[in-house]
Amino acid sequence: MDILFHIGRYFQLLGQVFSRPERLSLYAKRTVEEVDLLGVKSLGIVALLSVFMGAVITIQTASNIDAAWIPRYVVGFTARQSVILEFSPTIISLILAGKVGSSIAAEIGTMRVKEQIDALDIMGVNSAGYLILPKIIAAMLINPFLIVISMFLSIFGGWVVCVATGVVSPNEYISGLQWDFDPFTVTYALIKTVVFAFAITSVAAYHGYFTQGGALEVGRSSTTAVVFSSIVILIANYMLTQILLV
Amino acid sequence: MIEVQGVSKRFGEVQVITDITATFQKGLVNQIIGKSGSGKSVLAKCIVGLYKPDEGRVLYDGRSFHELQLEEKRVIRQEIGMLFQSSALFDSMSVLDNVMFPLKMFARMSMAEMTDRARSCLERVNIVDKDKLFPSELSGGMQKRVGIARAIAMNPKYLFCDEPNSGLDPQTSILIDELILELTQEFNTTTIVITHDMNSVMGTGQNILFLHDGRNWWHGSREELLMSENQELNDFIFASDLMRQARKHMGN
Repeated sequence: MDILFHIGRYFQLLGQVFSRPERLSLYAKRTVEEVDLLGVKSLGIVALLSVFMGAVITIQTASNIDAAWIPRYVVGFTARQSVILEFSPTIISLILAGKVGSSIAAEIGTMRVKEQIDALDIMGVNSAGYLILPKIIAAMLINPFLIVISMFLSIFGGWVVCVATGVVSPNEYISGLQWDFDPFTVTYALIKTVVFAFAITSVAAYHGYFTQGGALEVGRSSTTAVVFSSIVILIANYMLTQILLV
Repeated sequence: MIEVQGVSKRFGEVQVITDITATFQKGLVNQIIGKSGSGKSVLAKCIVGLYKPDEGRVLYDGRSFHELQLEEKRVIRQEIGMLFQSSALFDSMSVLDNVMFPLKMFARMSMAEMTDRARSCLERVNIVDKDKLFPSELSGGMQKRVGIARAIAMNPKYLFCDEPNSGLDPQTSILIDELILELTQEFNTTTIVITHDMNSVMGTGQNILFLHDGRNWWHGSREELLMSENQELNDFIFASDLMRQARKHMGN
């Protein structure tokens, strides 16, 4: 029953979040700030993870292809498909759920326990809309860019490994990347990314918004936010894959 | 004027406040006093609309707050200024931006007019040359003053102060109390102060509501308070030796 209570309250909160903003220009300004905070400031970790992820996928694929009848360019093909279909959109979103989700829950939770949300409510500001809507919009706008960058960097990481170790020749790797490319895979990845961005920000904001207590509870909300947004990502990932690819 | 009529609130099995009826007058510093856990803050949150009472109603100049539509509630809320116990300033904003925030949200003013208005509110609470500082760079007393400046930025009709003296030294407490009294008279606001600080009660309290066990136990003026024979009220007021001495002195 507890889970039903949370689901109901989550959708009620979303109703508040998407109600008419008091001053559109302030919301727009906050959205730009959130793009910087949630997106641009995550670029470093996304880039680092992506390069190494691509490198590891390439080495693992190459080392697992022993049969002589399998062409070596399959390594590039597998790396590309793995990165575009799953690693960049899902794994990077899970990482962002940890980084961005915990920071959103902690920020909003701290505002709650320090009575700043009460202050907004008493002023007549729609606190849920003012605090959460810019984060949701910002993440849904910037995360696709982050994921596209992640895709390029992962594939670049794989190429660097090919050049550095010779596990596959760079030419074979590149021809594998080009082989049988279906642009819909990118569309599928970006659709997933936008849905995950919504899940990360809204679930984390929900946990922050209903924090009660003090510093300990803020920490707890932050952890719970990461756990639940990750679970939502995994479930949404399965459902979207079933709907879009099957 | 704010009227509270038969307000009750319970959380689960715990009845926090029961059937409270009181009137808070315009142009006066109305105080809600009582021991910790007596229901002061819950009553205040029912009055400002953060909690919906289980029974009873709250009237703002005859408008029953909890029965209004959301948009109508927002109109009343824009007439409310509130100073929180923790000041509740926005950490990510400078002092000036904190005071300008309600103006940016609701006032139809140019940026220059908003800045002027915010600066004049800060000057009114004796905060000068601190515009660009952030709340974390201010002392507790200064944070309270900035909180008051933000509360008066929209020319409120109703001013709420939740334990404005908590965490402040006696001198700063007196300054804050005097400031609240001055602003109440200057803007003719209906001011409600939640406190358990007896210095504040004796210094600025004009219309006092004593809560005990979540009930309206006593209601009267500062002068009546000192002469009251109410046992629970006396236990609360004369808990400190200083107050007992003061009463002895008055008796003599």
